[in-house]
Amino acid sequence: MDLMEYQAKELFAKHGVPVLPGETVDTPEAARGVAERIGKPVVVKAQVKTGGRGKAGGVKLADTPEEAVARATDILGLDIKGHLVRKVLVTEASDIDTEYYVSFLLDRANRSYLAMASAEGGMEIEQLAVERPEALAKVPVDAVKGVDETKAREIVAAAKIPADVADQVTAIVQSLWQVFVEEEATLVEVNPLCRTPDGRIVALDGKVTLDGNAEFRHKDVFSAYADVVADDDLEGRAKAKDLNYVKLDGQVGIIGNGAGLVMSTLDVVAYAGEKHGGVKPANFLDIGGGASAQVMADGLEIILSDPDVKSVFVNVFGGITSCDAVADGIVQALGMLGDAAHKPLVVRLDGNNVDEGHRILSEANLPQVTVVDTMDGAADKAAELAGAAL
Amino acid sequence: MAIFLTEQSRVIVQGITGSEGTKHTRRMVASGTNVVGGVNPRKAGSDVDGIPVFATVAEAMKETEADVTVVFVPPAFAKDAVVEAIDAQIGLAVVITEGIPVQDSAWFWQYNVDAGQTTRIIGPNCPGLISPGKSNAGIIPATITGPGRIGLVSKSGTLTYQMMYELRDFGFSTGVGIGGDPVIGTTHIDCLAAFEADPETDAIVMIGEIGGDAEERAAAYIADNVKKPVVGYVAGFTAPEGKTMGHAGAIVSGSSGTAAAKQEALEAAGVKVGKTPSATAELMREVMKNL
Repeated sequence: MDLMEYQAKELFAKHGVPVLPGETVDTPEAARGVAERIGKPVVVKAQVKTGGRGKAGGVKLADTPEEAVARATDILGLDIKGHLVRKVLVTEASDIDTEYYVSFLLDRANRSYLAMASAEGGMEIEQLAVERPEALAKVPVDAVKGVDETKAREIVAAAKIPADVADQVTAIVQSLWQVFVEEEATLVEVNPLCRTPDGRIVALDGKVTLDGNAEFRHKDVFSAYADVVADDDLEGRAKAKDLNYVKLDGQVGIIGNGAGLVMSTLDVVAYAGEKHGGVKPANFLDIGGGASAQVMADGLEIILSDPDVKSVFVNVFGGITSCDAVADGIVQALGMLGDAAHKPLVVRLDGNNVDEGHRILSEANLPQVTVVDTMDGAADKAAELAGAAL
Repeated sequence: MAIFLTEQSRVIVQGITGSEGTKHTRRMVASGTNVVGGVNPRKAGSDVDGIPVFATVAEAMKETEADVTVVFVPPAFAKDAVVEAIDAQIGLAVVITEGIPVQDSAWFWQYNVDAGQTTRIIGPNCPGLISPGKSNAGIIPATITGPGRIGLVSKSGTLTYQMMYELRDFGFSTGVGIGGDPVIGTTHIDCLAAFEADPETDAIVMIGEIGGDAEERAAAYIADNVKKPVVGYVAGFTAPEGKTMGHAGAIVSGSSGTAAAKQEALEAAGVKVGKTPSATAELMREVMKNL
């Protein structure tokens, strides 16, 4: 789960990483109170889970409480790369002497962690890595030993952080490591880590990604930072039903079993769509190995309520589950949904007990269902039906 | 021969008394696997269908000479279960459990490295591996294919089943589902090396998906080390950036981890890459006919 900046900074503060005072508000008027309490110039920052906020006009300076209200008015409601700004962080504006960079991340290739740090922060780190790779220190971190003071010093020295603040930054690196391990993050990044003219070091921005698999050990954090689900939010509704669903921007609804097969199904539908008016997959939905009638009905309900969906492709390979159980699931699901399920459904079943599965579907004689034997053929049919309905 | 798992393999199941553990133990036994024991510290002395349950992996190994463990223990306890298997120095630990926190996986991986890697870890979040007609360690349905001379390595369970089913007329030496998590114990490269060395494998299917750079590294390995023909497939061309697609590791981050980059790397290494699973099976069909 990606966190917003203010959430990341709350975790920073919890583990002793210095941040500037600030509060999050969702109305312009509330920004005034925060600015008054801070009593200094403030920065009003859009809270969205995407980068490039500054360029999109989502970060503005305000010298007075009145200006803070005006800037919050400008920023609240902005659309930044598809993310609606619902909250702004009003925080003390800092004078900046130098900007550093520090992060910890999962290093998949080495099955361990990596610390990255630089005395040249501020710019996009991907850009720094390309333009001045020698300025970006990359220090492997052992997953069992972790980061102690010696390791933190090694990271700070490799980053060429100036000696007069090395002790301060070393302590912050250790605190950031505590954020990483104790909150079970896969990414903790501070850019910039700012040195003020009076020699203090503070985290001016923060990015944290938490491991969703570790939610069971961090229920409080996950529930506190969960996104608000709107009625038209298909992903939120799917998550509430424990469905593995991702909304995409096409017209062919997809249901399949197993993450790899569903990803593959999206690709095959996109290829087929090239011949049928450019239709594309409307979603990713993996109903897992079981594929019970209830899960099938929950999945179909979400997909059919997506106004963009013109046809649905159900692509199941019967491995552990046999195809007759899947066919029963489809028949029962359509029965449960009744008139809500009128969009055309293309079904491809293969694997265990496929003949029995086909027999069940054929006997049920559902007018909206077309059975096609192969994945490629079924994808073409689903794309054709969606194309015809455009 | 086959790789990692043969008719000689003696298998124990950690978490044998749980519902998934019991169900899949029965399926493994039905497909001819020599399941010699199970482990549950609270149910030692009992049995599952006559298979004895031991308190620890070490005890099970001492009593049964087991050399493979299949782990069905829930995510919260999986790290301890894998550490126990490593401490007991079992040769192969197949971790089926889905949803293990990645810091637990990174920890037990490093612990295994520090312990000298006596144990090969496959998974987590994987369907296991099958050497058809010989042994089946995990949840791969044994009925979808038969013995043959194709080796398969895949991040995805259902795509493994799909591919083994499409090529069931040729059959497989071993199919290995390495799992879709960001940190896994056995990689595409480990399997490619083992298949290259296996006299009972003539050609290799490699299935990858978005996320990380394991396929790119596998491509470099193939170019330098693999003489046997390799056919590839990559899933996730249409996956949007920044969204996790089912598997915890299946995510395109910025411009890295894309399907296009993986396909390009594999093709540059001389691997024929299919556009769809069926097209990939067709490419393998051609390879096998022309051997």
